[in-house]
Amino acid sequence: MTRHEPATAQPRAAVRRDARQKVTGEARYAVDRTPPGCLHACPVPAAVARGRVTAVHADEILRRPGVHAVLTHENAPRLGDADDPTLALLQEDRVPHRGWFVAVVVADTPENARAAADALRIDYAPSEHDVRLSADHPRLYTPEKANGGHPAVRERGDFDTAFAASPVRLDATYTMGALHNHPMEPHAATAWWDDDGLTVYDSSQGATTVRDVLARLFRQPQQRITVVSAYVGGGFGSKGTPRPPAVLAAMAARHTGRPVRLALPRRDLPAAVGHRAPTVQRVRIGAAADGTISALAHDVVTQTSTVKEFVEQAAVPARTMYTSPHSRTTHRVVALDVPTPSWMRAPGEASGMYALEAAMDELAEAVGVDPVELRLRNEPDAEPDSGKPFSSRGLAECLRDGARRFGWAGRDPRPGVRRDGDVLSGTGVAAATYPVLVSPSRASAHAAPDGRFVVRVDATDIGTGARTVLAQIAAEALGAPLDSVRVELGSSRLPDAPVAGGSSGTASWGWAVHKACAALRATLASDPGRTLPPEGVTVEADTKEEAGRTYPYARHAFGAHFAEVRVDTATGEVRVGRLLGVYAVGRVLNARTARSQFIGGMTMGLGMALTEHSTMDPSFGDFRERDLASYHVPVCADVPDIEAHWVEEHDPHLNPMGSKGIGEIGIVGTAAAIANAVHHACGVRLRDLPLTPDRLLPLLTTRASAP
Amino acid sequence: MDQTLSERASTVTLRVNGTDRSLTLDHRTTLLDALRDHLDLTGTKKGCDHGQCGACTVLLDGRRVNGCLLFAVACAGRSVTTVEGLTDGEVLHPVQEAFVARDALQCGYCTPGQICSAVALLDEAARGEPSHVTPPERLPGGPVPLTPDEIRERMSGNICRCGAYPNIVAAIEEAAR
Ligand code: FES
Ligand code: FES
Repeated sequence: MTRHEPATAQPRAAVRRDARQKVTGEARYAVDRTPPGCLHACPVPAAVARGRVTAVHADEILRRPGVHAVLTHENAPRLGDADDPTLALLQEDRVPHRGWFVAVVVADTPENARAAADALRIDYAPSEHDVRLSADHPRLYTPEKANGGHPAVRERGDFDTAFAASPVRLDATYTMGALHNHPMEPHAATAWWDDDGLTVYDSSQGATTVRDVLARLFRQPQQRITVVSAYVGGGFGSKGTPRPPAVLAAMAARHTGRPVRLALPRRDLPAAVGHRAPTVQRVRIGAAADGTISALAHDVVTQTSTVKEFVEQAAVPARTMYTSPHSRTTHRVVALDVPTPSWMRAPGEASGMYALEAAMDELAEAVGVDPVELRLRNEPDAEPDSGKPFSSRGLAECLRDGARRFGWAGRDPRPGVRRDGDVLSGTGVAAATYPVLVSPSRASAHAAPDGRFVVRVDATDIGTGARTVLAQIAAEALGAPLDSVRVELGSSRLPDAPVAGGSSGTASWGWAVHKACAALRATLASDPGRTLPPEGVTVEADTKEEAGRTYPYARHAFGAHFAEVRVDTATGEVRVGRLLGVYAVGRVLNARTARSQFIGGMTMGLGMALTEHSTMDPSFGDFRERDLASYHVPVCADVPDIEAHWVEEHDPHLNPMGSKGIGEIGIVGTAAAIANAVHHACGVRLRDLPLTPDRLLPLLTTRASAP
Repeated sequence: MDQTLSERASTVTLRVNGTDRSLTLDHRTTLLDALRDHLDLTGTKKGCDHGQCGACTVLLDGRRVNGCLLFAVACAGRSVTTVEGLTDGEVLHPVQEAFVARDALQCGYCTPGQICSAVALLDEAARGEPSHVTPPERLPGGPVPLTPDEIRERMSGNICRCGAYPNIVAAIEEAAR
């Protein structure tokens, strides 16, 4: 078994390396590069929820000034198979959901392209559609796997018997609507073909992956495709897989022989770049009178599209969290005529832990045990599902440390008793977990004769601080000053690397960087007296073997979230007063960027709890909330000062840096902590997110008028 | 319905970051697109094109506006400051400096808009312009003290999906000192 030696210290809060470029506006994102002669493309979303395109009246549009082309399934380049049906664009007349792109208009200016796209008449043969998810949908089925390759169903012991025999039984169903990633930078790409092949500036979480997929779609060798994602305006999963802009811009560029820029309008994002699927989650817990869990079932119902199966793995965290000798965790899904769901920050954990942690709060109330204590009482000795020991499990420490920092001790558990005029206040707690993931990566390390170093890896900095943290890892492995290391990332011309996703970026890229730098250091040390040749020395590394290792441990990050809320009983409005998170994530490599990741995740969790809501219009078959005026991303006034802390955790079973991923765990327990605090404030147990005034107020009124 | 270019376009002069720029622009071109596509000032970002996110915030005659909500030809003769115009050579504006120091950004896409908004906010508060959360008993005339709540309220037209708000508030407090 590999044990990683503890690393030596480097500046632990280095300033973000690209901060200056970002505050001055110098940083160029995909849509900020417009080559000479560039045309502008505007995609046309399908206006029916299901059916076929019967005619595209392109001739009318081609007569308009400035219009160069209209691409449809009739004339667009034929694509190869890339194993992602969401990218089989303009290949056939079928419309699988409203918002599916059925044409692309290319013009000389963005204004002309948009006006022409708006004016393009398309005839459809619509068919009946079904976009309504329900827990008793007749077409629900059990998939083989949920997202992440997790088995859809896991059983241990005999849940039904144990649950029936439990002195305390909780059976609660939690729902949440779809959520949208809505990174601030809408997905965009600029593409052109020349003698070297295809070049694409793409807004993506991983240029290597986009290159590989484009190579398959356009049947080109990989080396004839260059994808650049130097600066990316957030993604939160929605840019983790290649998306339509890169494909459509490359098609339009091939068709017109000119560079083409395509930026998705914000309103196209909900249908085109994935969403967190709505879920109906039933949680049943059977416990002893002291709260010890004997039976735990988590049954998830969710939706996918008819294009591709994606199953939000919401029941998976229940396999890790608590002692549960008898357990059943299941996923069922129905393929509806809806856009294809996909990754959104902590897919599975964010929705699943909302339900599980809200249920734990209900159990705490039912058995009269403090919710922090209840979780401590159900700490397992090994991962319940796999039986493997944890490589490290800092949940108890996070709960204790968070309780101390938050001032949890002595909390009056009674709901609805802290009143100040119309306002009731309360506090809540929830746990968080996220798996440790890692993928193979390559990297190179170069030593120049002047004593400077260059590290190259096709990592992507989507705002995580990868540029900064990789430089720290390199400097540490080289034993060199931080400012002697330059990092090049964000281009498929650099050594191949996996996407920024699954909170695995730092582990995956960092491992390869560490390996290359350690080898370079050894090379240099083997001949300390020599002067380097003018071209310097370069060492390459590949972590295929390391990343593929299996470990006899369950490896997860953990955290605890604490929230304080105020509920206005006159309006039903919930305001968050305090939010505090404590994390056990191995070694934190950069305190500054890590804290930003945590508070960012918690902010998104606050949105999930209170403001973010997307609904499906059953007759139009469309998301109703498709812009930032109707889909409420938290704004500055919604967000209190957020505290993020972490406990010291030395886990030798991770990687040479000793780090676990931190990009997603911040969102995981936040919504439950807030929902639990709302119950503590006002005594209302609302099991449907988000907790908006229109839902809460009727329950508050009922409660107030009850005897 | 097709129009000739002269019917669709006009030549206007905008004073951008202190320099007069003469541009022939489609009447539909927004101030945001004029800056980005015609002057290559891509620091100003497009997040929604609908006045809902603040990524396109610039200063028009010193006041913050959403560049996506203004037609460029309607801004003829006016003075525009973008994020690129805030730096003095190599020297960052104090608000930019504070954003770096406080890590008030992650992906950086909302950042130019946040910074332009913050620069205008400091002026608005100094001029004594009240906000929704300014206590009514505060005597009019003097500058408004920039408490965290004042900053949060006044910055709520600029969405940050990365959730850098606590750091943005801290940065603006620092710049206000
Ligand atoms: S781009 Fe102007 S407000 Fe969003
Ligand atoms: S820094 Fe990414 S949206 Fe604000």
